[in-house]
Amino acid sequence: MLIKSYVLRRIIKAVFTIFLITSLVFFIVRLMPGNPVDIYISQLMIEESMSYTQALDQAAALFQLDFNKPVVLQYVEYLGNLLQGNLGQSFRSKGTPAADIIFKYLPWTLFCVGSGLVFSFVIGLLLGMVAGFKRNSPLDIGISSLAALIGAIPNYLIAIMFIVVMGSVLNILPFAKIRGSLSPGVQPEFSLNFVQDVLFHAWVPILIYVLSTVGNWVLLMKSSTTSTLEEDFVTVARARGLKERRILTQYVGRNAMLPLITQLAISIGFVVAGSFAIETLFVYQGVGALLLQSIQARDYPVVQGIVLIITVTVVTANLLVDLLYSRLDPRIRVR
Amino acid sequence: MLHNLQNSLRTISRNPVGLIGLIGLVFFILMSFVGPYLIPFNDEPRMDRIYQSPSWQHIMGTDHLGRDNAVQIVHGGREVMIVAFTAGLISLVIATLVGGLSAFLGGRFDTVAMTLADVVLTVPRIIVLTMIAGLIKFTNPLALAPLIGMLTWPTLARGIRAQILSLRERDYVEASRVLGMSTAHIVFVEMLPNMMGYILTGLILAMTAAIYEQIVLIFLGLVPLSGTNWGLMLNFAYNRGAIFQKDSVYYILAPTLAIVLFQLTMVSFARALEEIFNPRLRTQA
Repeated sequence: MLIKSYVLRRIIKAVFTIFLITSLVFFIVRLMPGNPVDIYISQLMIEESMSYTQALDQAAALFQLDFNKPVVLQYVEYLGNLLQGNLGQSFRSKGTPAADIIFKYLPWTLFCVGSGLVFSFVIGLLLGMVAGFKRNSPLDIGISSLAALIGAIPNYLIAIMFIVVMGSVLNILPFAKIRGSLSPGVQPEFSLNFVQDVLFHAWVPILIYVLSTVGNWVLLMKSSTTSTLEEDFVTVARARGLKERRILTQYVGRNAMLPLITQLAISIGFVVAGSFAIETLFVYQGVGALLLQSIQARDYPVVQGIVLIITVTVVTANLLVDLLYSRLDPRIRVR
Repeated sequence: MLHNLQNSLRTISRNPVGLIGLIGLVFFILMSFVGPYLIPFNDEPRMDRIYQSPSWQHIMGTDHLGRDNAVQIVHGGREVMIVAFTAGLISLVIATLVGGLSAFLGGRFDTVAMTLADVVLTVPRIIVLTMIAGLIKFTNPLALAPLIGMLTWPTLARGIRAQILSLRERDYVEASRVLGMSTAHIVFVEMLPNMMGYILTGLILAMTAAIYEQIVLIFLGLVPLSGTNWGLMLNFAYNRGAIFQKDSVYYILAPTLAIVLFQLTMVSFARALEEIFNPRLRTQA
């Protein structure tokens, strides 16, 4: 590469990645055998007994594609629409832009996944630091084994076991009421009642996100803490007779945290992706559940939109972290 | 070779987690590949004994048709394991090729390959899989394996590339180069044994990911429902509301526990493998 500026190079790469994935998704949806456009056309011909040209016209209007043009031109048009923020019309709810539907579901997922991620990160950081600091003590062995154990269990199985044990066996939690994202009759508004209801429905999915990701953070933080403890500046701090607590927080913790920030950025996209099994289990009205419903209903503009949003999120998060790092650690900028 | 094996077994037996992992893995493999020949599966509905709790006759209870849950677990593991292993192997082959060529060729190939790896890593696999499973109606769950494999290689490829780049600079590799050893000798005798731990661990972790993904797809009903398999049991149990009713708890817990225990076994075994191949990790005894 001839471009000297690290920042510019990274931004170009990010834009290129988003472009490439969007294009791949377009061609998968448009060209694969059994692609939704062909299926929609044959469906119209059979169910509404339309002629092929009629069905083609209707499909063209719906997908906002012009079939008389070559695929490459259609693709350029699709990209042009995207740049204007137009994701196309939803098939399932006719006449509604796909973007409107996605943005109705998105806040719920962001709230649940976001708070789950924050809790999990903080708890994992603290436990991992303790485990790393007291390495090979019973406390460390306890924390690390538990983290490894829970980290190996798929999130949807944690959810199933939680529901079975807390709901059916012990009968502590009323899951029939907890399912969904709002109780019937409750409207989004600024009131205590609304907030209470949101939390009542959200706390179990949040807990599941925490349980299924916290083990990973603990183990990462432990190994990061262990290697930071071997650094010279820690030895010097000890030699100076600083208090252990001060060393733990000011010297080790801050430095050991750095590599985990990268992971945090990467994991955002993956937790959103993981939400689709969890949201389906809890009938939570978020993007994950919407993705599954849209795939089953072959509502591809919505599917493409969700994939685009996740891609943009992951790429932007990675970009921000890389740029932040290059500020903090000048060695990265030189390659 | 035999000596090596003995050594490995000794290392693993010193590590309780690894030992449990190894024993568990052998148990699960025997259960799923030999078990079905020893314990026949009676598919016939028996309405007089639906949703029974565990007893000596049915150690994991019975399902909505009065069939034994434990027997279904024995019969339902084979497909899950074959898909996981095939997917893991495919991803390993691609990762070794791409990672190896990237490290040795460098230059433009390296740039393109690593950019491609980044792109594949960007969209979470499970979303790509769901999308494709929605487009192509799979006729056979086994068809999932190549698809999962083709999406799982990037992490491993990057790791292998990094390992080769780092090993290449080691003294003993430089020494054999100075001694005029062939490239094949350097790669297969000097470098490969040092990467085996990483590669095998990577294979097992790819397999656990493949198990997660195939079971989500089957559980959510995106892959055809036929045959016997843990994911399918989960799907049936869930769709019958077994999760919310006290009497059918064992129906949904049986496949859940089977998958959880199998995943735990694999991860413990992977950790033990790391220790076998990396003596520095061994605890001083």
